[in-house]
Amino acid sequence: MQLQYFLILAAALFCIGIYGLINSRNAVRVLMSVELMLNAVNLNLMAFSNYLDPQDVKGQVFATFVIAIAAAEAAIGLAIVLAIYRNRDTVDMEQFNLLKW
Amino acid sequence: MNLAEGVQLVSFGLLALTMIGAALGVVLLSNVVYSAFLLGGTFVSVAGIYLLLNADFVATAQVLIYVGAVNVLIIFAIMLVNKQQDFAPLPKGWIRKAATAVVCGGLFLLLTAMVVFTPWPISATLPNASSIVQIGEHFFSDFLLPFELASVLLLMALIGAVVLARREFLPDESTLEELQPPALTMPERPRELVPAGGNQESEL
Repeated sequence: MQLQYFLILAAALFCIGIYGLINSRNAVRVLMSVELMLNAVNLNLMAFSNYLDPQDVKGQVFATFVIAIAAAEAAIGLAIVLAIYRNRDTVDMEQFNLLKW
Repeated sequence: MNLAEGVQLVSFGLLALTMIGAALGVVLLSNVVYSAFLLGGTFVSVAGIYLLLNADFVATAQVLIYVGAVNVLIIFAIMLVNKQQDFAPLPKGWIRKAATAVVCGGLFLLLTAMVVFTPWPISATLPNASSIVQIGEHFFSDFLLPFELASVLLLMALIGAVVLARREFLPDESTLEELQPPALTMPERPRELVPAGGNQESEL
């Protein structure tokens, strides 16, 4: 097993996340894509931690912090989606143009 | 992990296939409920890959937090905003899809080239059997301040989510007296009850 396999896998997951982030119409699916991208970053951190720094596992500590931040982000994001849904009565990203010029 | 090289390779291939397939399903499927459950599949596969990377603690945390909390939260949000609507197709919508696909593919190729052509300083030392002792020492020595700040941040996220998702209470001046809620209840805007399985439009 090599480090490159894991890094390429994380890159693929990150690109899928970016594609979903831009192309999703449903606001909940946008949050799911953000979670995919955070998981890709975590995968990178864990691969570096295992192959470059196996004794002093700082990458795993960082991955734990990223998981905590991701949980907070999911809760806040879904609360915002709920609030927008109450106001606009839709979850279509194209109609959330409150701050558009 | 004390596995043979072939076993590791086969399990990595299976986990990678499951992960990429489920992630593509999350992004591309039209039903958002299927996407939510496939997202759980992606998280479980990522936890399996963490086990291949000798990270038992983070794999457990991944299953507990992502599959157990975040995914359930997303499914709850889908239930709460369950509105069956067909999005109006955008004019020239395929241009955006094609451009995004080209950019994402280009980014993937760039990252792959960077990964392949970079000489990584691979460490020769063997990893420890269980990493949880090292993680605990890091948390309470050199990462103590971020660790405590993370708890404050989680508390802020908790309160912020409650404040954002709560219904606003905007009583009229005339009906203020009879709308006074009894003690120890959350103030909510009164709403008429709908029968189970009724029309979704009149609910919110």
